[in-house]
Amino acid sequence: MRHIISILMENEPGALSRVVGLFSQRNFNIESLNVAPTDDATLSRLTVTTVGDDRVIEQITKHLNKLIDVVKLVDLTEGNHVERELMLVKVKALGAQRDEVKRTVDIFRAQIVDVTPSVYTVQITGDAAKLDAFLQAMSPIGVLEVARTGVSGISRGDKVLSL
Amino acid sequence: MELLSGADMIARFLKDEGVEYIYGYPGGAALHIYDALFRQDAVKHILVRHEQAATHAADGYARASGKPGTVLVTSGPGATNTVTGIATAYMDSIPMVVLCGQVASHLIGEDAFQETDIVGVTRPIVKHSFIVKHPTEIPTVLKKAYYLAASGRPGPVVVDIPKDMTAPTERYEYVYPKKVKLRSYNPVTRGHTGQIKKAVELMLKARRPVFYTGGGVVTGDASEALTDLVQRLGYPITTTLMGIGAYPQRDRQSLGWLGMHGSYEANMAMHHADLIVAIGARFDDRVTNNTSKFCPTAKIVHVDIDPSSISKTVRADVPIVGPAGSVISEMISLVQGREPANPEALTEWWERIDGWRDERRGKLYEPAAPGEPLKPQQVIEAICEATRGEAFVTTDVGQHQMFAAQYYKFDKPNRFITSGGLGTMGFGFPAAMGIKQNYPDDDVVCITGEGSFQMMMQELSTCKQYGIGVKIVNLNNQSLGMVRQWQDLNYKSRHAHSYMESLPDFQKLIEAYGFTAIRVEREEDLLPALERAFADKDELVFLDVYVDPREHVYPMQVPLGSMRDMLLSKTERT
Ligand SMILES: Cc1ncc(C[n+]2csc(CCOP(=O)(O)OP(=O)(O)O)c2C)c(N)n1
Ligand SMILES: [Mg+2]
Repeated sequence: MRHIISILMENEPGALSRVVGLFSQRNFNIESLNVAPTDDATLSRLTVTTVGDDRVIEQITKHLNKLIDVVKLVDLTEGNHVERELMLVKVKALGAQRDEVKRTVDIFRAQIVDVTPSVYTVQITGDAAKLDAFLQAMSPIGVLEVARTGVSGISRGDKVLSL
Repeated sequence: MELLSGADMIARFLKDEGVEYIYGYPGGAALHIYDALFRQDAVKHILVRHEQAATHAADGYARASGKPGTVLVTSGPGATNTVTGIATAYMDSIPMVVLCGQVASHLIGEDAFQETDIVGVTRPIVKHSFIVKHPTEIPTVLKKAYYLAASGRPGPVVVDIPKDMTAPTERYEYVYPKKVKLRSYNPVTRGHTGQIKKAVELMLKARRPVFYTGGGVVTGDASEALTDLVQRLGYPITTTLMGIGAYPQRDRQSLGWLGMHGSYEANMAMHHADLIVAIGARFDDRVTNNTSKFCPTAKIVHVDIDPSSISKTVRADVPIVGPAGSVISEMISLVQGREPANPEALTEWWERIDGWRDERRGKLYEPAAPGEPLKPQQVIEAICEATRGEAFVTTDVGQHQMFAAQYYKFDKPNRFITSGGLGTMGFGFPAAMGIKQNYPDDDVVCITGEGSFQMMMQELSTCKQYGIGVKIVNLNNQSLGMVRQWQDLNYKSRHAHSYMESLPDFQKLIEAYGFTAIRVEREEDLLPALERAFADKDELVFLDVYVDPREHVYPMQVPLGSMRDMLLSKTERT
């Protein structure tokens, strides 16, 4: 099963490489990963999506917790949560295609953020499945380049991941 | 207020922290620190002959004393030479602090002379690591390093110190930090009482219980408590290789150690148990054999200070996260005044166990026929006798290691000192040096093989310089015996590179360093040689004992089998 794990870690050099290193060292899988500072300058938040059965996920969270730089973590998929990813896509847009791209962009509630005579650059946010669907819809027209941020997430309701 | 340079802060900190010995080797990036050490005499520096030996010596010191070992090396090759020793300590959860000189900050990343990203290189084999960014950080960084190394599940910590951090011209205020806190690190101090109660109920109801305990009991200083609990209940106990001596091996309740080359009765009892109480052990593959066939009828209680060790390879029915000592004490108070619920079942259980014991009695190995070479097993038995089972025994890795573990009987923890997790050839001799310095009045014996000894034999020079009187017994089978054994069993005796041609004349070699060496080939020469070796506690003596190269280590678990699937000799199996 796919899990989204959010980690608060010390905003220190080396912390990120410890987390990433743990995954390769123990043969855990990383589907996506993003990391950025938080409102507290001493902490960064890292979100990783991974796939594994319960035993593997239990090992992943235990080993992450063992890292000295990891202050706190939560497996968002254990409860209700909001999951978002942002994607920028360049698609071919010539002649009749230009309208078709535009229509699909509207259906997906995406935005065109840059335009040239032959290319549209589209920005779209949503969960990973929505972004996949958008790419699929665009593929007959011609996807030129894709940049995805990886999944970020937060739990629903009053629960917060903070110190 | 005191103003000190970074280098002087390090020396002062080590003194304030109570560090007695540093094992190290100098070089450019560490020279400010070496100069600071020169100008003090509180902390003794031992100059080894190879940085790997420094880590093993610090490791041996740590295992025997329970205090963190300290290593000091220079950048680049000095630092990379410590890698095997750091990995050895990591696998066996040994507290150690490794201070590495580094090129000056402004050179980092430029492929400067002797620059290596040692923090990167060692990342998967340390508990944690630090890079010093400013000299004023030195006291707190070092305090954190020692605190992390020794607390919770212990392990090695690397501190990388760029040369400009120790510059003698820049001085800053020094205060010894008595305590440090890390917001993300709070090792557990006791187990969950509800879980402990559950475990104790299972223990009292068990019909075929076995205690299976490991290095965590030794590191956690919980041997006395364990012995108390096990004796109150009257249950059988087996330990891992790392847990040897946590319960007196000569006691009737001890089944010896378990696993690949563990005792027949221990492996049989584990396989047939209905309850396994694992404490400070990690169900490692050298213990469990095939996990899908592991102990099919047993419920499992697993106590460990490291939550990630629990249910890693074998699922626990009652997991308890906590230090061995406090959990065992709590178990004792819950057991107090209560009796096991099934005394008849337990009596029957002991009858079966004694039956397994009797099956193997007197059949452990074939003694040497007259005129035949000595058997390695009999040499270990003779060493045990000569030292009344009270020596510190270190080993290298191979057949001699397994024979030492099987035939020397340990009644105390921290006496059998071996590289269990990593299996590092070359560990034994430098580890013995580190122990002897902490226990000068005890016998410290390194049981080694001619393959392993040659990996660290340069340390004879260190022993000479500091007068370190360890005893070395070389079980010389003229081969990489353990490799040869596997080739006999799995490769139709094709001995690819497992022989040892061109061995040195060990006697001459040892004498070249000014020590005594005795070559032993016949049974009648063994006891006199041992007597001579142990006559003087301060003298290094090397016994080169020629043993039968055809001998195999048995029992040996059959690959992919269960605990009870064992080869018992070249011709018998269970
Ligand atoms: C550094 C290292 N290299 C290789 C091995 C693999 N290995 C395990 S046992 C062994 C043979 C050891 O020979 P020796 O020290 O003579 O001991 P014996 O088995 O003959 O008693 C080898 C090569 C190892 N454990 N460590
Ligand atoms: Mg050998």
